Amino acid sequence: MSVKILGKSKGFYDTYERRPGSNKEQTHYCPGCGHGILHKLIAEALTEYGVAENCIFVSPVGCSVFAYYYFNAGNIQAAHGRAPAVATGVKRALPESIVISYQGDGDLAAIGGNEILHAANRGESITVFFVNNAIYGMTGGQMAPTTLIGQKTTTTPYGRTLQNEGYPIRMAEIIASLESPVYVERVMLADTRSKNAARKAVRRGIKNQIEKKGFSFIEVLSTCPTGWKMSAPQAEDWIKSTLVKNFPLGVLKDIALQVEPLDLSKHLAAPGRVSKLIGLDEEKVKFDTSAMKLNPQIDQEIKIAGFGGQGVLSLGVWLSEIGMREDLQVSWIPSYGPEMRGGTANCHVKLSRDPIGSPLVTHPTVLIAMNRPSLEKFEDDVIEGGAILWDASLIDIEPKRNDIVKIPIPATDIANELGNTRISNVVILGVLAGFSDFLDPLVVQRVLPIIFKKRHLIEINLKAFQRGLELGRELSQ
Amino acid sequence: MANARGLVAVNVEECKGCNLCIVACPVDVLHLADSFNTHGYSPAEYDGEGCTGCGICYYACPEPGAITVYKNWAEAQEAYICQTKKVPSRLTITDAVKGLATCEACGQEVILSNFSHLSFAE
Repeated sequence: MSVKILGKSKGFYDTYERRPGSNKEQTHYCPGCGHGILHKLIAEALTEYGVAENCIFVSPVGCSVFAYYYFNAGNIQAAHGRAPAVATGVKRALPESIVISYQGDGDLAAIGGNEILHAANRGESITVFFVNNAIYGMTGGQMAPTTLIGQKTTTTPYGRTLQNEGYPIRMAEIIASLESPVYVERVMLADTRSKNAARKAVRRGIKNQIEKKGFSFIEVLSTCPTGWKMSAPQAEDWIKSTLVKNFPLGVLKDIALQVEPLDLSKHLAAPGRVSKLIGLDEEKVKFDTSAMKLNPQIDQEIKIAGFGGQGVLSLGVWLSEIGMREDLQVSWIPSYGPEMRGGTANCHVKLSRDPIGSPLVTHPTVLIAMNRPSLEKFEDDVIEGGAILWDASLIDIEPKRNDIVKIPIPATDIANELGNTRISNVVILGVLAGFSDFLDPLVVQRVLPIIFKKRHLIEINLKAFQRGLELGRELSQ
Repeated sequence: MANARGLVAVNVEECKGCNLCIVACPVDVLHLADSFNTHGYSPAEYDGEGCTGCGICYYACPEPGAITVYKNWAEAQEAYICQTKKVPSRLTITDAVKGLATCEACGQEVILSNFSHLSFAE
C-alpha cells in the first residue's frame, strides 16, 4: 500500500527558474489569490491522468500570463484574449496533446469574447478554464464585463450602473447555449466543499479532452483579495455571499456521455507539408550579432529600480523634467510586473543632446538600485565605467564589479532622519546632482517646486535634496 | 486525540500568510507564526499536534508547495527510504511545529515540507 501524501504536484516545476528575481519559490500571485488553487487542481489532474508531459498550456494576458513559470508542461503565451484561437491551432496541429486555455474574465469575456464564442461554436477539442473574479486584477482593479451592478472598481468609483455599463455577462450560460460544447460548468473556490466540487469539474474537463469528446468550458468564481480590497478569508466569504448570487453554480450543459469521440487526425496535414508551403524548409536565416556592439555613450541612460511605492517611477519623471528644462532630449518609460503587492518596478530614462530613437535602456550608464533584487538583477547590465548608486540602508550587499563607480547612499536612513521615509528618492537625486556634472543643482532646485503637487511637502523635499547634494559632493572628492 | 494520525508540514519560504488554511482547518491546529520568512510574510505554522490528515488545508492553500499533508504519519514514518544510503529507514520527529525529523539510517535532518525530494516505499 502506498503512502498517502498531499504535496506539491509533479505537474509544477520544483523551483520557478523562469521567474525573474531572487524569489524562485513562491508564485507571483498575491496572498490568497484563487489562481494558485486552480493551478494546483489542474496540475494534480494532469499528473494523475498521466498527461502532464503531453499537455500544452496556453495563457494569454492577465495575472495568469506567467503560468509558464510554474507548469511543467508545454507552455504558449498568447495575445490578449486570443488563447482559444492559439489553442485551436495547437490542437489541430497536435491532436494527441492535451490543450488547455486558461483565461481571466477581462481576457475571455471582454477582449477575447469573439475568440471564445467561435472556438466554442466550432467545438474545438480543448479545455477552457475561465477564472472569473469580477474585476481586472492585473492592471489594478478596473471594471470587467463580469463586474456586478453596484460593485466599486477604479473605473466605476460610484459602483457599476445599469445605464452606463449594463449587466454583468454570464459567459457560462452563453457558451452553454451553443450546440457544440459538450461540457459547461460553473464552480467556485470559496470553501472546502466548493473547492472539492471545482476539483471534480477540473478533472471532468481534462478527462473529456483525453477521451476526445470536444469543447469543455469550466468557469471558476475566484478571489481577488487585492482588487476587492479584502483579506483572503473575507474574499472567500464575498464569493459565497454576493458573487455566487449573480453567477449561479452548477452544470449548465453535459452531453459528453452522449457524443462519439472525435477523429481529430482526419484533417491533419502531412508532416513537412506546412513548412514547405511557407518556405521554412529553406536554409535558416542567420542573425549577425557583431553589429549589435554598443558605442561608447556620451549622454546619460539611466535605469532606476526598486519596489513599487519607493518613488522609483517618480524619480525617473523628475529626471526627465529636469533634463527637459536643461534643453535636452528626454524619454521616460516605466516597467513594472503584474503583481499588485510586493512587486518590483523600474523605469528607463534617457537624457540626450540628439533625438532619441528608442526609449529602452538595456545598458545603463547610471543604475539606481533601491532594493536588493534590483541591484542583483541589473548590476551586470551597467556599461564599463558607469555608476551604480544604491540605497545602502536597505541593501546589505555591494556590487561585485570593479570596473564601475560605486556610490552607496544611506538614503532611507537620511530620509527617516528628516522625518519622512518616502523622500529617500529625493536624497538619491541630490547625490546624483552633487556627484555628477550632468545635472545642474540650480536647475533642479528651481524645478522641484514646480513638479511637486503637494505644496506642504516642497520644503522637506528641498531639504532632502540639499542633504543629498552635500553627500554627493563629499563622495565625489 | 484518537484521530490525530496525520501530520501537516508548512514550507515557510513558500507560504504567504494569507490565512486560508488556518480558517479552513476543521480541527484548528494551524496558526500564523510570530516570525517572518525571507520574503517578508508571516507564514502559517502547525501547532505541533492534533492533525487528522484530512488534507483540507492543502486544497485551501493557493501556493503549489507550501503545505504538505501526510495523511497517515505512522505509515509514512515506516515507509521512508533514506536519501543518502538508499535503504529503508524510519523517521523520528524532532520538531513537529517546524516539520523536522531525523532519519534513523543516516542520522541526518529531514525537512518534511520538502515533499518532492523525499522518497517512500510503494
